[in-house]
Amino acid sequence: MIKPIYSKGKIVAKTGNEAMAEAMRQIEPDVVAAYPITPATEIVQIFSQFVSDGIVKSEYVAVESEHSAMSAAIGASAAGARAMTGTAAQGLALMWEMLYIASGLRLPIVMAEVNRALSAPINIHGDQSDTMGARDSGWIQIYSENSQEAYDNMIQAVRIAEKCMLPAMVTTDGFIISHCMEVVETYPDKDVKKFVGQYKPQRALLNTKKPYTLGSIELQDYYFEHRWQLAEAMNKAQDVVLDVAKDFAKTFGRKYGMYEKYKMDGAEIAIVVIGSTAGTAKVVIDELRKKGIKAGMIKIRVFRPFPAAMIAKDLAKVKAVAIMDRADSCAGTFAPLYTDVAAALFAHNEGKMPKMENYVYGLGGREIAPEHITAVYDKLAKIAKGKAKPSNKVEYINLRK
Amino acid sequence: MANLKELSKVPERLAGGHRLCIGCGAGTLTRQTLLAAGNTPVVVTCATGCLEVSTSVYPYSSWKKDSFFHSAFENSAATMSGIEAAYVALKKTGKIKEKINFIAFGGDGGTYDIGLQSLSGAMERGHRMLYICYNNEAYMNTGIQRSAATPRGATTTTEPAGKVKPGKEQHRKDMTEIMVAHNIPYVAQAVVGDWNDYVTKVQKALSIDGPTFINIMQPCPLGWGTKPEDTLALGRLAVDTNIWPLYEVENGVYKINKKPKEKKSVVEFLKPQARFKHLFNSNPKNAEIIESVQKITDAKWELLLKREGGK
Repeated sequence: MIKPIYSKGKIVAKTGNEAMAEAMRQIEPDVVAAYPITPATEIVQIFSQFVSDGIVKSEYVAVESEHSAMSAAIGASAAGARAMTGTAAQGLALMWEMLYIASGLRLPIVMAEVNRALSAPINIHGDQSDTMGARDSGWIQIYSENSQEAYDNMIQAVRIAEKCMLPAMVTTDGFIISHCMEVVETYPDKDVKKFVGQYKPQRALLNTKKPYTLGSIELQDYYFEHRWQLAEAMNKAQDVVLDVAKDFAKTFGRKYGMYEKYKMDGAEIAIVVIGSTAGTAKVVIDELRKKGIKAGMIKIRVFRPFPAAMIAKDLAKVKAVAIMDRADSCAGTFAPLYTDVAAALFAHNEGKMPKMENYVYGLGGREIAPEHITAVYDKLAKIAKGKAKPSNKVEYINLRK
Repeated sequence: MANLKELSKVPERLAGGHRLCIGCGAGTLTRQTLLAAGNTPVVVTCATGCLEVSTSVYPYSSWKKDSFFHSAFENSAATMSGIEAAYVALKKTGKIKEKINFIAFGGDGGTYDIGLQSLSGAMERGHRMLYICYNNEAYMNTGIQRSAATPRGATTTTEPAGKVKPGKEQHRKDMTEIMVAHNIPYVAQAVVGDWNDYVTKVQKALSIDGPTFINIMQPCPLGWGTKPEDTLALGRLAVDTNIWPLYEVENGVYKINKKPKEKKSVVEFLKPQARFKHLFNSNPKNAEIIESVQKITDAKWELLLKREGGK
């Protein structure tokens, strides 16, 4: 349950989608270009009502596809406007070509993304296959555990993106967060606008005093340097994320980092998880701790840039850790989050690794209940005591084989 | 009518030294477009293609005075939607005061095929932009592949003339009429080779507060197998044979801009081009193809006359 923290805050009931739309209203970008898709539709529906009622001055471009949504956002951003969009699953997949162009051209577009399973079979419910597929696209990825985080992350994402000159997506789990009514503390418009600030682009197509060419062809001679610069910008984005979080905590009181550590002090067994499942896991951890089991959790907030060195340090003393992925990689060695965590531990801890397991869960919105997470910890406890061996392949939770 | 004396005073906006082929009509029409834009600044988007790759090779640009933006192949119009929306938003808040015109370029592949949806959407939404299809009737940048704009009987590298196939079997689709069906304020056909007609059309389109579309036929020496010095004459021949009539549709009203005094056979247009060379061998099937091209050309011309009101 969210408790009021900010002196001028207002406690309201909002779904994840409503919270994201509310943040967008307060940010009031110059241009929003979007196309409807379940479960993200509501975000842009609500926002377009703000436009129709004259509550915001933003231009709303009701495009004919997600590919055009991202293309129009790219055009608007290159033109010198603050641009936003929203989508999910198939929509993000259709944008895929343009995601790389947004980041490659260093355009700080912010996207409200609602995690949904990718077809086929067609499914409208939550998993993270969609954004995991975009993990190498050069977009900053910020995941949310609940509506409050979705709201706070949207506000911070604008500053992060514009400071880094990188696009950023803020995500929620489809239906579980997007459609679930929760208590949210919102902040006054004036304070949010002040925090976000004015957008001052370095270059703008609409600046006729300084016309310029953007989107040139670069072959063997320049392409590599520009892609390297993009990777460097992503590496440096971690500091920006942390700086903005610090200022956010100072302003509104809520603390954010690259990830949240839950009961990690002295933890012997831990899970690493992304999104709403962290909420369920916290209940399980509290129960285990009552029984004297030293269980903890790392909840990833920022998956790109990946906080490799920090995570490696925080997991160094854990005996056994389970990485929970809500996306599969179809016979990649392991699922995406595991791959990154394992590589981080290997690279930063001189080869000293905790015992590790990888679980894929919740695809297509399949339930992940406390007992499923308890079972993961039970196995971890056995591994930590040397009574069981970690599996060397992906294990699936709550699946009929 | 455009005034040559006045046009001569407009500063050059497209630098020479771009990498378009010798005799390419795209360079000619782009210069004429920018001349027609006069002294109002423009922002240009361009679909991936010949014009884009040859005028913006990093770190150089041929776009001397105007902002030029390329993002991808199928989305010149969608990208421009965003730029135009940004303009409207920034004008509303007083951050921009001056008038800027918006010109989106796409080749026939980027317009008839992969970019059709994005173009249709942008036109339906009513963004103030002039979309120019520089139409050389195939994917020339990737090496002369068939598009929906390729005419029947032309050989291309993805529907080549062979022992059993005569090149492209279908007639091209009528993109200009598809745009007319969008009920936008201005749609026109033009040709490289009639500068006055084209410049006048660009000027008219840019004076309109809404979406406008020009489909300009652009002979391509490489893809058509013609001499570089024949580009302009060939464009005019397309008009004189009624293969590519010059006409415009302003608020639904048709006007044919040039009616050939003496109708020439389509053969005169087809024969100088290597892409149609195989049609002139002894195979009777090929004669049938030429005949069908003549027939559809005549039928379309009659329809156009009717639409104009029989004048």
